[in-house]
Amino acid sequence: MEHKNYNAINKSVRKKDSMQLLLGKPVYTEDITPKDALIVKLLRSPHANAIVKDIDTSKAKLIPGVVDIYTWEDVPQLRFSNAGQTAPEPSPHDRLIIDRHVRFVGDPVAIVAAEDEASAVKALKLIKVTYDVLEPLLDFRTAKDNPILVHPEEDWKVPSDWGAFQHRNIIASEDNTHGDLEGVMADCDIVLERTYHTKQYNQTPMETFRTYTSYDRYGRLHVISSTQIVFHVRRILSTALGIPKNQIRVEKPRIGGAFGAKQTAVCEVYPAFVTFKTGRPAYICFSRGESQIAGSPRHEMEVKIRMGADNDGRIRALDFYTLSNTGAYGEHGPTTVGLSGHKSIPLYTGGLEAHRFAFDVVYTNTLAAGAYRGYGATQGVFALETIVNELAEMIGMDPTAIREKNMVKEGMLMPAYYDETANACALDKCMSRCKELFDWESKYPVRDMGNGKVRAAGVAMAMQGSCISNLDVGSATVRLNEDGTYNLVIGAADMGTGCDTILAQMVAECMDCTVDDVTVFGADTDASPYDSGSYASSTTYITGQAVVKACDKLKSQICEIAAGMMECAPDEVIFEKGQVRSISSGKVLSMVDVGIKSQLFNYVSPEATAMNTSPISPPPYMVGMVEIELDKITGKVEVLNYKAVVDCGIPINPALARIQTEGGLVQGIGHTLMENVTINSKGKLLENSLMQYRIPTRLDMGKLQVEFEHSYEPTGPFGAKSIGEIVINTPGPAITHAIYRATGVWHNELPITPEQIAMSINN
Amino acid sequence: MEIKLKLNGSNIVREIAPDLLLIDFLRDNKCFSVKRGCETSNCGLCTVLMDGTPILSCSLLAARADGHEIYTLEGLQEEASAFVGFLADQGTDQCGFCNPGFVMNTIALLRENPDPTDEEILQFLSGNLCRCSGYEGQLRGIRAFLDSREG
Amino acid sequence: MQRTPVNVAIDLGALGLDTIEETSEEFSIGAMVTLRQLEQHEGLNSYSDNAIKTAVQDIIGVQFRNMATIGGSIWGRFGFSDILTVFLAMDTYVELYKGGVISLREFSGMKYDNDILVRIIVKKKPCKVIYDAMRIQRTDYPVITCALSCIDGSYRAVIGARPGKAVVVEDTGILSEGITEDSAEAFASYVASNVRTSTNMRGSAAYRKHLIKGLTARNIMRIGGQI
Repeated sequence: MEHKNYNAINKSVRKKDSMQLLLGKPVYTEDITPKDALIVKLLRSPHANAIVKDIDTSKAKLIPGVVDIYTWEDVPQLRFSNAGQTAPEPSPHDRLIIDRHVRFVGDPVAIVAAEDEASAVKALKLIKVTYDVLEPLLDFRTAKDNPILVHPEEDWKVPSDWGAFQHRNIIASEDNTHGDLEGVMADCDIVLERTYHTKQYNQTPMETFRTYTSYDRYGRLHVISSTQIVFHVRRILSTALGIPKNQIRVEKPRIGGAFGAKQTAVCEVYPAFVTFKTGRPAYICFSRGESQIAGSPRHEMEVKIRMGADNDGRIRALDFYTLSNTGAYGEHGPTTVGLSGHKSIPLYTGGLEAHRFAFDVVYTNTLAAGAYRGYGATQGVFALETIVNELAEMIGMDPTAIREKNMVKEGMLMPAYYDETANACALDKCMSRCKELFDWESKYPVRDMGNGKVRAAGVAMAMQGSCISNLDVGSATVRLNEDGTYNLVIGAADMGTGCDTILAQMVAECMDCTVDDVTVFGADTDASPYDSGSYASSTTYITGQAVVKACDKLKSQICEIAAGMMECAPDEVIFEKGQVRSISSGKVLSMVDVGIKSQLFNYVSPEATAMNTSPISPPPYMVGMVEIELDKITGKVEVLNYKAVVDCGIPINPALARIQTEGGLVQGIGHTLMENVTINSKGKLLENSLMQYRIPTRLDMGKLQVEFEHSYEPTGPFGAKSIGEIVINTPGPAITHAIYRATGVWHNELPITPEQIAMSINN
Repeated sequence: MEIKLKLNGSNIVREIAPDLLLIDFLRDNKCFSVKRGCETSNCGLCTVLMDGTPILSCSLLAARADGHEIYTLEGLQEEASAFVGFLADQGTDQCGFCNPGFVMNTIALLRENPDPTDEEILQFLSGNLCRCSGYEGQLRGIRAFLDSREG
Repeated sequence: MQRTPVNVAIDLGALGLDTIEETSEEFSIGAMVTLRQLEQHEGLNSYSDNAIKTAVQDIIGVQFRNMATIGGSIWGRFGFSDILTVFLAMDTYVELYKGGVISLREFSGMKYDNDILVRIIVKKKPCKVIYDAMRIQRTDYPVITCALSCIDGSYRAVIGARPGKAVVVEDTGILSEGITEDSAEAFASYVASNVRTSTNMRGSAAYRKHLIKGLTARNIMRIGGQI
């Protein structure tokens, strides 16, 4: 493993925006929206499946302050997808801005534009809608070939085909086998078969969805939005409104959290349409309630696993089938499902002789799912890690030992991961370090604390990717200024994760300057070099390497300018220690010298842009261990300790990597123990506020401790892999395991409520 | 109706609608640090100090602030600056959207209890939700600040 | 607060009902006293073995408790109310502007009218109180609230968030021979069979029955000093 002494890499520097954020400066979309913007509100369907028979807006339009109201009759008949994905999109083009056919409780039926919020709210109440109410399709297990067709429309289309069958409610399907699956299964001592279920968790960023739109000074549509994907938003709006991309500019200010929710253009199209129609600035802000019922949550999945193993704990065969509920629209449906198998099965590359991975992704009349940190891997890892724990307990083997026996190790070829090789993998070290940190030997045995309370422990591993291989691109522009400092311009989106800062650390490392010498700008479709956006755990790995490449280019351009100043050939100077030295004379020029010269009688640009992509997606790995105290009377689980050891290659900024991990763990704890999603018989989602959808408070997560085991990924910048998503994957299976240890009952559905625990003990 | 109050140290008089919420009044008066994260009094993002006491500005009519003194983070920059650097060192600011409410309530905590235990910190701040940080770094940051004052 | 239009709101904030007065016989708590004041009042918490603090401290957050008043909680007679539960466990009375002083238990069963709640009075009878509530998440509404007390030698259980409003179940002599595991179990079964439960998003009627029985038995043992 390579381990260099770095100047700016692997250093915990403060985020560049820290003080602005901590001191409450006006840096978010709503803070910079002018007061004269029209307020945009949506009237939403109370029915899960209905046709708008008649809609009367005449009374509502009479309210003073109401500027206009739009219905299905007013919008372009151009189908599009809200998914922020590289074109040709895998997600079907199945939306209209307003569709006459409403497909979930909350689907918009009218857009109100008013001078102020009060008028808009009044207008919503006065719009009269007559619905032709149809029977909804709510259970995704019955969606395939159901007579209720969620998308019967003739102009439905898929830009790229992932096994879609529109008239069977299927938007993607696949069935792949590697090796002699049935032969190996038949030869195994044990074959376990289990079904697991996870729900439509909501990302719940503290800032809800919001967008401001206006016409800029060139008469183009200018969009300021809380988004992870400025370039994809530009394409989506162009498709939905039928206007050229070069007539749209999209930028993001600071973002109040996203976690994948803002990898879908959930709200952008509505104010954009209002500005398009009225010519006036417009602003939409989803309430918390709207963000809950009409956001873009995690895909509900049912994962069926058949696992073949021997009595000595060797895991030899895995048969994996995932059914994914994409909801009423197909955003991210075809792509999330793949990760449930591709980013769980390879964990057991060690002894695996054969595997099958098959899936179907189906429409239902529930809200459309989208991208959420973990993106399908979370669901798959929960299922696989739980069945492995069950096997270990069944054969009386320590669950850490069964993993040590079967886990993927550095250098192994991973047939279940597109035949990629694990170039950098410290999963074994993560396991041994986590055992030590957690004191597994003494915490694993169940301890009766008296008074009905028991303490128990659980374990899980996880992996993710570091980009979408053969697809994602990231770019960076680096420019030398006349004062010797640098500008870094990116199209990736810092949504609180700190990518502006870690990319600046990379510039500082390459250019031998301080992180303070690098200012960062992003993201703006007019100014930033193209980047697919910040998702798929790609920014550090893909855009990071673009930064390194851009710096390499810039260094040679700087050398060229300097050589001109020293009247020698460019190969007679070298860039070192943040200056240029003449090899022969030893004379040095500072970056200030070069910067000033670059602006005077100069042909060579002191600015370089580089693009990067990758044929592989190196997985980060981690191990999580949890200690709980379970109250056998109430069924309440208290998390006492959560220890995690992560291999993200070389962490560029250990403090930020640690916070990413801690934040992901707490989201995972929430999904496992307290965040529930309930759809009633009419299709209404009941957890429609923070009063009902209970995310963890600081009293709900116990004590967290995170450490890193380094590996060195040769294709990543400075050996780095990703960190952002993997960290949400272990709490589900680890806590499920600990609950089994405490109660003797396996729960195969998340969340696991205290009621389910208490009643399972008593029955 | 007309209300008179002291906002961030300045006496102001404003004409308001009787049903205006304090959070909207404050944002109308350029106190953009005050954020809305829910409609159900659950998130703590809109925390401000009324006569020195932390309250939820989303759950109070602006009319009720008549005759009182309100502080938002805009008015307490110096007091906040004493400790927020320790949070920045942890990287726990993250997306930042919950930060102003969290910082305001931390100010209230430290005024009431200058030397709190970890348990007291967690209890006092439990009404301030954060979805990014996992909370642990916020505790480390406050602890680092408290420790830095000793000796 | 939802953005709903307010028709008429009258501010009762200036009537001087925001203090807790303690005498040798009673606590007199003004209707405008905040939940945070209750949480921090030494006399009340020393009298109630910290049961009041325990009942209050998981209600949303400090900021909310600085605004919510005991009058609002008691007047509302909400099903989920921790406050109603814990005060029903003590010898508590309400003073109504028109209706005079009546027991909290009687008040909790009355229909809503136009009277005004002035103060809450807790008589300082010899008393032991334990407060417990089951919450799925720490600052959430409770799935069940369960207070147990022994006032002047007689035991009572108060069960709220059933999800209906809190009800009092007095001991009929089950515990008169002393608190043992058997008598605690018997009393818990008696309480569970005398409290009606139903189902909402936070739990089923059957789970609530189970909780009432389990928590009552455990907390009776705590009151008896056996745990």
